[in-house]
Amino acid sequence: MSHIKIELRKEDVDFIKGVCTSFNNDPQELINVLHSCQEHFGYLPAEIQEVVSEGLNVPVAKIYGVVTFYSFFTMTPRGLHPISICLGTACYVRGAEKVLDEFKKELGIQVGESTKDNKFSLSSLRCVGACGLAPVVLVGDKTYGRVAPDDVKNILREYE
Amino acid sequence: MSKYSMHLLVCGGTGCHAAESDAIVCNLRDELEAKGLNETVQVILTGCFGFCEKGPIVKVMPDNTFYVQVKPEDAQTIVEEHIIKGRKVTSLLYRDPKTKEPVADSKHMGFFKKQMRIALRNCGFINPENIDEYIARDGYAALGKVLSEMTPDEVIKLVKDSGQRGRGGAGFSTGLKWELARRNVSDEKYVVCNADEGDPGAFMDRSVLEGDPHSILEAMAICGYSIGASNGLIYIRAEYPLAIQRLKTAIKQAKEYGLLGNDIFGTGFNFDITLKYGAGAFVCGEETALIHSMEGLRGEPTLKPPFPAESGYRGKPTNVNNVETYASIPAIILKGAAWFSSIGTEKSKGTKVFALAGKINNVGLIEVPMGTTLREVIFEIGGGIRNGKKFKGVQTGGPSGGCLTEKHLDTPIDFDNLIAAGSMMGSGAMIVLDEDDCMVSMAKYFLEFTVEESCGKCAPCRIGNKRLHELLGQICEGKGVLSDLDRLKNMSLVIKDTALCGLGQTSPNPVLSMLDNFRDEFIAHITHKKCPAGQCRSLLEYIVNAENCVGCTACARVCPVNAISGMRKEIHKIDSAICIKCGACMEKCKFDAIYIS
Repeated sequence: MSHIKIELRKEDVDFIKGVCTSFNNDPQELINVLHSCQEHFGYLPAEIQEVVSEGLNVPVAKIYGVVTFYSFFTMTPRGLHPISICLGTACYVRGAEKVLDEFKKELGIQVGESTKDNKFSLSSLRCVGACGLAPVVLVGDKTYGRVAPDDVKNILREYE
Repeated sequence: MSKYSMHLLVCGGTGCHAAESDAIVCNLRDELEAKGLNETVQVILTGCFGFCEKGPIVKVMPDNTFYVQVKPEDAQTIVEEHIIKGRKVTSLLYRDPKTKEPVADSKHMGFFKKQMRIALRNCGFINPENIDEYIARDGYAALGKVLSEMTPDEVIKLVKDSGQRGRGGAGFSTGLKWELARRNVSDEKYVVCNADEGDPGAFMDRSVLEGDPHSILEAMAICGYSIGASNGLIYIRAEYPLAIQRLKTAIKQAKEYGLLGNDIFGTGFNFDITLKYGAGAFVCGEETALIHSMEGLRGEPTLKPPFPAESGYRGKPTNVNNVETYASIPAIILKGAAWFSSIGTEKSKGTKVFALAGKINNVGLIEVPMGTTLREVIFEIGGGIRNGKKFKGVQTGGPSGGCLTEKHLDTPIDFDNLIAAGSMMGSGAMIVLDEDDCMVSMAKYFLEFTVEESCGKCAPCRIGNKRLHELLGQICEGKGVLSDLDRLKNMSLVIKDTALCGLGQTSPNPVLSMLDNFRDEFIAHITHKKCPAGQCRSLLEYIVNAENCVGCTACARVCPVNAISGMRKEIHKIDSAICIKCGACMEKCKFDAIYIS
């Protein structure tokens, strides 16, 4: 499923089981359970999915199907400062693609990858609804508006 | 609210929030406290005013002064000048783009003049985290009226008579939908609010949820009473953290006040609302896909019938409406069907919220009566095209809609006229394009979106859209042939006819409308290998301007494919057959000697 192998500690397993219990171990709450797990662990590797599978009594294949269907869920860890570039229509027509290219160039990574030191990861998303600020870039929870390719270096410098 | 003589309303919508409106609120409160005015002037973080272009916004009431692009450090000036000395801070006022004169009162701003706010009636007026302010503006009065004075059939008749059609895209009659759900007998039914606003460029649902969450809760309870449901579910995008937080607060407050829960208003009616989170799948805006997603499954649509009104969430009758549809319901109940149906056109009643974005001066959220023309929306409310460029088109309905052009500008906007013009209402996103936008690239962009968001269940959408995207890609790279245009058209028509759900059936719309309206541009790409808008990189030609070139060799040294020739101190030349259009030479040249044709 994934090349990353992790070992869950006992408290991690207990956490996941606890989440499942808090949703009454109801298989229909799978997506809410996955949200809680991803919020806690940052991503959803196969090992976590296996524990959820036991907790909710849903085949792990089905969980994998759900995790890979929705773009919000990820099976690989994100960087310390995840960078997301909005490629919604409003941002696109105001030059978001050029901003994305600049991030790729500066960080030397493609969309969906992390830098070697795991400091930054790059992703694109569709519309955060802040079209007045287009093009929009998110670094962690911080929003940058009206970003031009020339601003990219300065944004990255803030996280050095 | 009476003890305060003045209110400072600060926009707390996502756009302004991102631009530090929180810090503005803090600074204003600190300033007022320092001046001993915190008992007479109240600072309120409200929902979106709609004028996102000039955010963050601070509005002073009761005099309606509208300050734009306020920075946290402006708090002191606003308090000292406006509040204490009674002088408006001219530098922060909105300036009319034509006369350059400052406009003090928001009522006189072009942006607000033609608007009529029903769904957005409370956005920007109340503190969305305070239920009392909602109640003060007739909040929950409609629920009270329905529960104490009306039978469920009377409510449904009223909603039907109002002529309201669903604001999510398809435009199905709201009252009829409710009636179908009511007719199906079951021990349990569900009321669902579709808040999975996936259409890029649309942010009206988010603004309503952030600015007026109680209106949605109230309308869902009214719907629950009408169809006989006691459970409500809001399916909301996980990408909208602020809206989720405000909804949670609102649900908690409504429960405390006994406006949700058991025995509401002592009438024996029970209604509860829970939140369900989306996880980033555009197709989940389709109601059957949405229901599957709420059940913890992949959000794949299923064939209708059965409609959700017969068999929806957990196999029970379910009514799904969009956020904006619900937002108008309390107003319709209180003011009556005749009032609502007096607004709008013959077949599209009421108002519609549009999200204006793209190459337009006033990016923002507007609400206008149905039947307003595109010209009024784009040039009067929207303030025209940015940087004095020429209007080229407007994409309505997002990736499912089409592009309307100059010739459609005077068409009154309603559900049927937009379809007749080759587009659709969709959720109400309007992306304005100017002369710099390449229409072939735009069509390719929308197809890229559809390809990424297709759930993969049916072949026409999964495979057909991929092929459309490839053909458009080839045209953008100058590798297209004229017969591709017929292939694009035929394939689009087949996908429309055969795809399983609304996503696939509408996905070729951008291609068809771009082909209809901008055929010349496609031909320019194919026959002349030129992109008239200068957007398609493969079709650009980098040329040395002999007048500026000093022969420094900087460009030749940076060229990764050795496409530039020329001796030192001689004019250089770019061989376009070798050139890969990376643009490195142009970036390197200090003498502006390289340009793109």
